[in-house]
Parts: sequence; structure tokens; C-alpha cells
Amino acid sequence: MMRIPPAALLGLLFTSVFFFCAIFAPWIAPYGMAEVVGDVWEPSSSEFLLGTDSIGRDLLSRMIYGGRTTIFIATAATILSFVTGATLGFFAAVSGGWVDQALSRFIDLIMSIPSLIFALVVLSVLPTTIWTLIILMGLLDSTRVFRLARAVAVDITVMDYVEAARLRGEKIAWIIFRETLPNALSPLVAEMGLRFIFMVLFVSTLSFLGLGVQPPQADWGGIVKENKEGINYGIQAALYPAYAIATLCISINLIADWVLSRTTSLKGGRG
Amino acid sequence: MHPIIKLVAQRLTLGILLLFAASILIFAGTTMLPGDVAQQILGQGATPVSLANLREELGLNTPPVTRYFNWLGGVLQGDLGTALTNGRDIADSIGGRLKNTMFLAFWAAAISVPLAIFLGLLAVRYKDRWPDKLISGVTLTTISIPEFMIGYILVYWLAIKWRLFPSVAIMNDSMSLGEKLNAIAIPVMVLTLVVLAHMMRMTRAAILNVMQSAYIETAELKGLRMLTVIRKHAFPNAVAPIVNVVMINMAYLVVGVVVVEVVFAYPGMGQYLVDHVAKRDVPVVQACGLIFAAVYIGLNLIADIVSIVTNPRLRHPK
Amino acid sequence: MSEPLLKVRGLKIGATIYPPGEKSRHIDIVHGVDFDLEAGKVLGLIGESGAGKSTIGLAAMAYGRGGVELTGGEVWVNGRDVLQSNMPDKRRLRGAEVTYVSQSAAASFNPAKRIMEQVTEAAIGQGKFSKSDAEARAIALFDKLGLPDPENIGSRYPHQVSGGQLQRCMTALALCPQPDLVVFDEPTTALDVTTQIDVLVAIKNAIRDTGVAALYITHDLAVVAQVSDHIMVLQQGAMVEYGTTDQIINNPREEYTQALVSVRSIKHIEKAPTDTPLLRVEGITARYKGTDFDVLKNINVDIHPGQTLAVVGESGSGKSTLARVITGLLPPSAGEITFDGRTLTPDLATRPLDDLRELQMIYQMADTAMNPRQTVGTIIGRPLEFYFGLKGKAKQKRIQELLDEIELGDGFQDRYPAELSGGQKQRVCIARALAAKPKLIICDEVTSALDPLVADGILKLLLKLQKVEDVSYLFITHDLATVKAIADSIAVMFQGEVVRYGPKSQVLAPPFDDYTDLLLSSVPEMRLGWLEETIANRKMESAGN
Repeated sequence: MMRIPPAALLGLLFTSVFFFCAIFAPWIAPYGMAEVVGDVWEPSSSEFLLGTDSIGRDLLSRMIYGGRTTIFIATAATILSFVTGATLGFFAAVSGGWVDQALSRFIDLIMSIPSLIFALVVLSVLPTTIWTLIILMGLLDSTRVFRLARAVAVDITVMDYVEAARLRGEKIAWIIFRETLPNALSPLVAEMGLRFIFMVLFVSTLSFLGLGVQPPQADWGGIVKENKEGINYGIQAALYPAYAIATLCISINLIADWVLSRTTSLKGGRG
Repeated sequence: MHPIIKLVAQRLTLGILLLFAASILIFAGTTMLPGDVAQQILGQGATPVSLANLREELGLNTPPVTRYFNWLGGVLQGDLGTALTNGRDIADSIGGRLKNTMFLAFWAAAISVPLAIFLGLLAVRYKDRWPDKLISGVTLTTISIPEFMIGYILVYWLAIKWRLFPSVAIMNDSMSLGEKLNAIAIPVMVLTLVVLAHMMRMTRAAILNVMQSAYIETAELKGLRMLTVIRKHAFPNAVAPIVNVVMINMAYLVVGVVVVEVVFAYPGMGQYLVDHVAKRDVPVVQACGLIFAAVYIGLNLIADIVSIVTNPRLRHPK
Repeated sequence: MSEPLLKVRGLKIGATIYPPGEKSRHIDIVHGVDFDLEAGKVLGLIGESGAGKSTIGLAAMAYGRGGVELTGGEVWVNGRDVLQSNMPDKRRLRGAEVTYVSQSAAASFNPAKRIMEQVTEAAIGQGKFSKSDAEARAIALFDKLGLPDPENIGSRYPHQVSGGQLQRCMTALALCPQPDLVVFDEPTTALDVTTQIDVLVAIKNAIRDTGVAALYITHDLAVVAQVSDHIMVLQQGAMVEYGTTDQIINNPREEYTQALVSVRSIKHIEKAPTDTPLLRVEGITARYKGTDFDVLKNINVDIHPGQTLAVVGESGSGKSTLARVITGLLPPSAGEITFDGRTLTPDLATRPLDDLRELQMIYQMADTAMNPRQTVGTIIGRPLEFYFGLKGKAKQKRIQELLDEIELGDGFQDRYPAELSGGQKQRVCIARALAAKPKLIICDEVTSALDPLVADGILKLLLKLQKVEDVSYLFITHDLATVKAIADSIAVMFQGEVVRYGPKSQVLAPPFDDYTDLLLSSVPEMRLGWLEETIANRKMESAGN
């Protein structure tokens, strides 16, 4: 039986709750996403657990629907980033030679411009839809996955057991799927957690700047933007997304730390 | 020629090439993407005449390669073009804002760099004990919250609840240094928190790496005092990795500035860029993007060069 | 009798380990060791890896490396129990009374400081000598240790001198403060075999001339026999036997010591070459991509069926490259390889499956030669499945037969490599090679990462398997003792060329060429006085000087 340390268990618990709320948002949220149900910035009450927002919508419902949008975009972008980055990274490592050189230099070039700045530049001409955001963030971030996947694969392909498989006459598929991938998986899974966190922060930032998810669609960054004026009157509405993002990100960090520590374990072997 | 000079020259050339490549990327990013830029800018309700005028103004009728070289030629002579939205010269508008941004970034760096190194040393000194765990716990939290949210949390408590500092950072030239510093107090704190976490963690790792070297054990086995060991043996080898960490984090800072300026309505480059992205003012976006990329590439270049010139193997070749 | 310089009583050493995902726990490394060391004498500490030798050596400086804790017992140096000392007293002990020479001088010197500054630092810092006196002492020591240009070598940086020279500088560093005791921790292990002997002589002379006492730690009994007055044999943190060097070498009492002494004494009678060699290497020349010199120059050797060709040489001689060319990993730029009557294609990718199957390889590091995520059963079973299409029961049965053949027996099929000892891992690699029913197995330094007794076991197994399976070996090694033990013919390689080649009896018989003489004379022998004899009779200086 696998032992899970309490910190990772806590991380798993919170992450599950967030994902559960995101998936079942329409059934959980007490009110509709864009439904105006009360006064502006009502304090929290039994009717509106977190109060209402800048135009009188239920904040709890906005938070739940906002989480759904944010988590959906972050998940989709992470998947895109991984599929693209890992495929290209493995491809570069296994091919070697000029293919590797060309790909690596191109990735270096993209990474020489900060992701946020690059995103802003591109968003100045592209229509801001959810799909634009996912593709843009996923592709920009795939550069980091590329570097990791390539490094991990290069480390593994120089191992004697991979050479032994080549000497045996094994096909490339066996070498990738049976010799390389099982050993590369754990660092990649841990990295996936970190990339997901980065995506959540990235999309929230873009929405806050008004360049991400467009109203009336709710998302955590947008909720901050909509309610930021309230801060000046001492109204906390804009801070709830901060608490939610921090909780989600720390939870995922705890899981990633655990996955990573299990794989760097000296005992290796099972798992 | 001394190998160091050769390597540094190589890096510099590479940096310049990278900057050119980045300028192509930025230009292409605003030009070659699908969709009609003029349509995007003016929206669906635009008349054919205004669309045609805008295309003419943007030079969309000339081939992209020609436009790129025209643009680059202008940039190299200090001409960044004119803004579409108000027709003003971009270089003029940027001048003062760049100064403001530098002012903000400078103070954030001046506070965060010494603090991060100090905390990094503290964490190493008390490795695996409570100060280390507390520091890494707090930094983990700040990494997990976006900059703008740290901003609002600080505004809520420091500006609204306790009324210690102003909540918006209004700047003008008639203000004294003290007034200016008071105005940017919270933005500087936000930026400090944002880079502190990374910088401190990386400093801790860099110092630990040096402290676990065999030559540190040799020094301890010479019966030297811990302080002597650190001063004479750890420090000379830790400088390069720490400078590297600092430079990388200064590069993060450049990005953090963009968001923080928006939060505090600070009249700097970041706010200027974000405003004009929303207005789809392509020439301004290109100019700002290029400047941010240049700073970022420059900082990374400095980090590379520092690690070259401090490497004893390169400084004293066989 | 006066009080000894170093008196150790009931020394217990432990460590707290933190396995990831598990509770931390305390383990004992040394369980109660007693010994004395008189001033000016040398005590050899010998044992396999994990025996606690280095830990005991550092305890003489009241120092625990990493998480190591000195948990009990007494360590008396010059009449003081140093385990009870306060920190300032411990600092006065370290670097002044007791000093340390580590295995890797390259890592132990600060890369950013000049050698002289580091060599004299303790002598000056401890207030024993003025700066000018310490520097004069250092120069005298550089000279005594046979370093070139002793006046100026101190102004160089560590990376500017060779590995063998740096190891001598480390000895100078330890002797400069005029200590009473020096702890030598495997000082020659990381060096090439021909360099090792020169450093060993330098250390021995320096000990004799300065009259310092020494703890000499090593896993190589033949080495310690050359330098020490007494020897203590350790096994798993406890003393097995203690005696004079003469008694331990010539008259060991304990079974374990006897095994250590008789290591490398395998006798193998060479077989005569046949008319039709199994593998013929003709005129092979090779270079790595992107380089402009040949790593192999016109190599011609034969391997006969059921026999062993040993390829000997130091690091960089090209011996492993030869293996890469034969296996097809590195296509040669000229020459041809014939295997079992067929010409092998230069590139691995174009070889038929049978050529691949009949030519197997075993690596130096069994750790990296097995996929950590596959069980022993999968590792050995894959070639059976791949080459012979064995499945299910038949495969299981064959795996078990192979495991029996490598003397591992039941219960190993489901284990992972991480759960095996070093020797067991190497046996599994042998089984994997055997599973292919090869005609030739290339063994690349297969015993050099193992402790001597374990290595002996592997060599015996290989010899037994050769008889049973009638397989040939290409045995690559830097260790001539191993060569003597198993080879039928020998090729000596030096800078990419075969400098001497023939049946074992001819290659190992005089007259020798200079390089073979150097190589042969560099292998420490398990007898007293060997070092002096050898040095007196040598023809050529080692390259690593």
C-alpha cells in the first residue's frame, strides 16, 4: 500500500474540490453566472454567502463559474503545451543532429521574449476568444516543456540500458515506450503541475488586464478587474479570487513536490 | 586573444543576433497572423473607406518584408513611428514613461536583491530548521498568487485599512524624491514580494551547492573558523551563481512591472503597453514589445557574461 | 610505554537517514572499534565500500561528514579526548595536529584560489608558521613529492596541473602545517594505474622523511601493504583482524582476511590459438564525429572460439572505442571486421538480427545498464522473447535456468535492479547476455566498479560459463591482474594503437617494450617490498606525471 504524506493528501483533497466545483458548477452555484440578484456590493449574508459584486450578481456563483472558466482554460492550455512540447522535445532528443539544433535554437529565440509581453503583442491583433487564449498560452508555454522533455530524454538515451536495447536490435517504438518513457514520466508529471499553476496565473493576469476572458463570462482574473474599485471602500470582493488561486496553486505545488520526491528517491524501483 | 575576451565577444554578438531575431518575431506576430488587422482595429461596423484608409496608413498594402525593414530602419535611428490612436510620436511618449518604469524597477531591485541574498543565507544557515521552513513556506505562497492580487491585498490592508500609503501611484516631475518614494511604496513592495521568492530560493540553492563542495570540507578540516571558510572559500565561488540568479530575477521584474503599473495606474511603460494593446494600436505595441524584449535579453546577456568572467578555468587558462 | 599518539576506544558512529516518503531512522555505521597508533607509524585501514573506513579516519579529526554523528566511545589524540572537546579545541586539532588527504584532490581544492595559498593556509591560520616559513616549507614539500618546478607550481590554479600532480599537492597541503598525524583517504584510487604508483612512492617517502604518523585508508590490500606498519581489516563497521603488515599479508588468521589476501589469484591455463578465429579485426581505424584525430589506428586482432582476448590499456587508450566499433555503434573510417566467417556491416542498423544476437555486451556500470523500471525477469526475458519468440511457461523456465546458471537462484525474477547488490546486478547483466546464446561477449571493464572479492566471484563465474557455453570474450580492462587471471591472448593498447599482441604467455614474458613494462610494473603485488623493487627497475616514466 502506497503511503501518501499528509501535505500531499491535503493538496490532493483541495485540488479535487476545486475540480469538482469546476465540473459541476451549474448544479452547485446558488445563482446563475450573469444573473443580477441583489444590490451592488452587498455584504455577506445567508442569502449571498460571499456578498454581491459590482453590479449585484452573487459573488459565490461568480467565483464558482469563474473557477470553471479559469480551470478549463488552464487545463486545456496545459494539455496543448504538453502534447506539443513533449512531442517536439522527444523528437529533438531522439533525432539529434541538425534537427535538434534547429528546434532548440528556435525555442531559445521564443524564450528570449517574456511570455507575457509576447502574448500582449499577439493579442493586439487577434480576437480575444477562449480558444485564442488556450492556443496562445499553450504554444508559448510549450517551450518550457520542450526544454525539460528534451533534457530528460537526452539524459536517458545516453544510458547504457538504452544502448543495450539498440544493440539488441530493438525498434524505435520499444526504445521510446518501454525504455525511455517510463523513466521520463515522473519528472514530466511533476512539471505538469507547475505548468498548470503557471497557466492559472497567466490567464488570470490576462483577464485582469482586460485582454483575456471577456465579460460577462466570469473568470477569476476578471472578477478582480470588475470589483477592484470596491477595494477603495474596504470591500473584499476583489480579494476572493486571490485566495482561491493561492489555495489551488499551493495544493498543486504540494502534489508536484510529492511526485518529484518519490521519483528522485534513491531506492528507485517500484512506483 | 585571451579566451575570455573571445567568449564575451561571442556572447555579445549572439545577443545582438537574438535581438534582431526577436524584432522579426515581434513584427511577424503583429503582421502575419490571420485576419485583417484593420478590420480588427476598427471593428465590424467599419466603413470600406475607413478600412482602406487605415490599411494605407498601416502600410498594409506594401509587402511585409519591406515594411519590416522600414520599421527596423526607423527603430535603429530612434524613430519608433507614430501612434495610431492619437497620432503622437511614440518615442516622445515613451521617454518619460521609461524613466518612471526604471525608477520603479530600480527601487524594487534595490530592496529585493539584498533582502533575497540575506534570506537565502539565513535559510542555508538554518537549513531544514524552522527559519528555513518558514521562509520557504512564505515564498511558496507568494509564488502561488499573481502579482496583481498581491497588489490588491496590500492596497486593502496598507492603504485602505491602515492608511499608511497611497493606493494609487501618481507621479509628476514636481514631486520631491521623498514624495515619489511614498507614492511608489506599495508597488515596490509588490514587486519585491514577487521576485523575492524566486530569487531567495535560487540563492539558497546556489549557496547550498557551493557549501556542499569537497573544498569546503577541506577548509573545515584545516580548522578554519566558519566565517573564514565562508569568506575565503565559499564566497568567491558563490558570486557568479548569485549574480546569475539576480539577473534572471531582474528579467522577471521587467514582466512584473507591466502588471503592477496597471494596478496602481502608474504612468510607466507597462501601462502604456497594456492600454494600447486594448486599443489595438499596433505601432505602439511593437515599439514597447521590442523595448521589453531588449531589456530582457540584455539582462540575460549580463548574467552569461558574469559567469564567464568569474570562471577561474577561463580566467587562468592552462 | 608512553601514551600512543592516537588511541581509539569503543568508537561508535551512526547517521540519521531520510528516505523520501518514509520516516527518518538511525543507522549504525561503526559499532565499537578500538585501536592505537604510535607516533611516526602508519596504520592501514582496509575494507570494502561501506565498511566504515573513511568514517573512522575522519573521526580522528572529530569530524562527521554530512549527517554522520560520532555517537559513542573515545578518540584520544596527544592525550586529549577530542570527541569531548569544544569547537575551538576541535579547530586547533584539525589542520594543526591532524590533517586530511582526500580521494579526489580535484574536488578538494578550491578552483578559485592559487595552490600555494591553499597549501599554506592551515599552517598560517593555525599560527604554526609565518607566511614566508610556510611557503618555504611548501616549496620543500613540492620538491620532496617530485612535483615539477617546485618554486613556481604554487602560483598555479588547481585546474592548471594534472590529476597526479594535484594529488601530490594535496599531500603537501596535509604535511605543510607539520601535523602529528595525516589521514590518507584512498589517495591513489582515482588515478590511472601507472600514475598511482608514482604518487604512492611520493607519499611513502614523504611519510618516512617527515616522521609523521598516518592512517592509510584503502580498499586495496596490495597498496596498503606497501606503505603501512600495521593493518586493520574492517567489515561492515567492525574490526575483523588487526596485525603487523607482515602477519596480515603472509599469515592471515581470519577467513575474511585470507580471502582478501588471496584475491586475484585465479589460475587460468591459456588455450592455444585456433586456425579459424571467431572474430577478426583487420586494419580498423576510427575517429569520433567532429574530431580531427584517430582514436584507433590500424588495429589488427583475432578472437578464437571459446577463448578470451584481453584488451588492456589506460583511460584514453582507445580500448572502449574498439568495442564500439565492433558492436557497430561507431562505424570505422577504414578496416574490416569478420565474425564467424561473415563480414560485419560497419553500422549497427544494417546488421542482420543473428549478427546482433551472437555478439553481446556487458557494461562496467551494471546500475545504468539495466532499466530501473524493469524487473530482473523482464530484463532477462526480453532477449528470449525478442530473439527466440519464447513466451509464457517456456520463457519462465528458461529465465530460471539462466538465473541458476549465474548462481542467483529462486526469488529474483520479480525484483528490481535497485533491490540487488553490485555483484548481483552484474550477474543479471551476464544472464541477459547469455540469454541471447551469443558466440562472443564483449566485457567492458565489468569488474572495475566492484569490490575485490565480488569482482573475483564475477571472474570465476565468467570462466565457468566459458567452459559450459563455449563462448568467447573480448575483455576490456585497465587491470593487469584481471588479465592474468582470465586471458588466453592479450592486446596492449596505448594512444590508439596496439603496442603488443599475442598469446598471454608471450605478452607477459620479457623482453618488454617500455610501455608494457610500465603497465606491468604498475600493478601492486600482494607482498612486502614490492614498491621499492619496482621503482628501482622501471624503464619509463608514467604519462600522468
